[in-house]
Amino acid sequence: MAKNSIEVEIKVPNQTCYLGLIGRIAEEVAYAIDRYSGDRETLAYHLNLVLTEAAANAMKYAHEGDPEKSVHISINITDDVFCARVYDQGQGFDMNSLPSMDFEKLEDRGRGIFIMKSLMDCVSYKRLGDTNVLEISKKLK
Amino acid sequence: MVVGEKKGIVVVRIKEERLDAHISDDFKNELRRIYEGGKKNILVDMTDVRFIDSSGLGAFVTTLRTANSHKGMLKLAGLKPQVQALFDLTRLNLILRIFPTTVEALESDWEKAHGQEFN
Repeated sequence: MAKNSIEVEIKVPNQTCYLGLIGRIAEEVAYAIDRYSGDRETLAYHLNLVLTEAAANAMKYAHEGDPEKSVHISINITDDVFCARVYDQGQGFDMNSLPSMDFEKLEDRGRGIFIMKSLMDCVSYKRLGDTNVLEISKKLK
Repeated sequence: MVVGEKKGIVVVRIKEERLDAHISDDFKNELRRIYEGGKKNILVDMTDVRFIDSSGLGAFVTTLRTANSHKGMLKLAGLKPQVQALFDLTRLNLILRIFPTTVEALESDWEKAHGQEFN
């Protein structure tokens, strides 16, 4: 592992009761980063939020709430770049085909990906073999 | 959640720190039951909530629709800065009536103006 590199692997059952654990781990990762000149509390909140959103999407949509499945998250911070990958075994979907946020409409859903894209530098969703990978990354100031 | 009543307004204080996908459905259903039970006005006290995700936001959107369909009102109070920031980012601060404190929310106008749906 490179110096000043942090790697965290998380695997939890596909149940929403574990979202709090995922969020807390994400916050702790923010506080463990060696050199960060920005507002650490805000960074911690944002990492908590984007990983909660990503994991909840995997649980609800990709895995359809199946408690037998599990959610696997891989977090990596190297050279001032935060990167997280959330793996799911669902059908997958084309993120680019999602309609953009319509703030005029009172929709119950659809804010999760908007939130991730707003808080992160890059959000991508790809198929790798029989697994889908949501990758989110952000350059840390 | 702790449910009380002040000045004829149902005050729902969320005791959980996280209003996320794990509890948002129960929260939404509880508020819907209150409106369906005949109460018109609900104030959600968010003082103890330090985290909300898109499911939590969605629950408020659904509840606002429920309030409107019952010709009632829904207001929020006591949002922590990071929670408020998410309402601002998603522009729900323009749709939901949000107050700094429950005192200010309770003292605000709870009479529904004819035809007024949003802020």
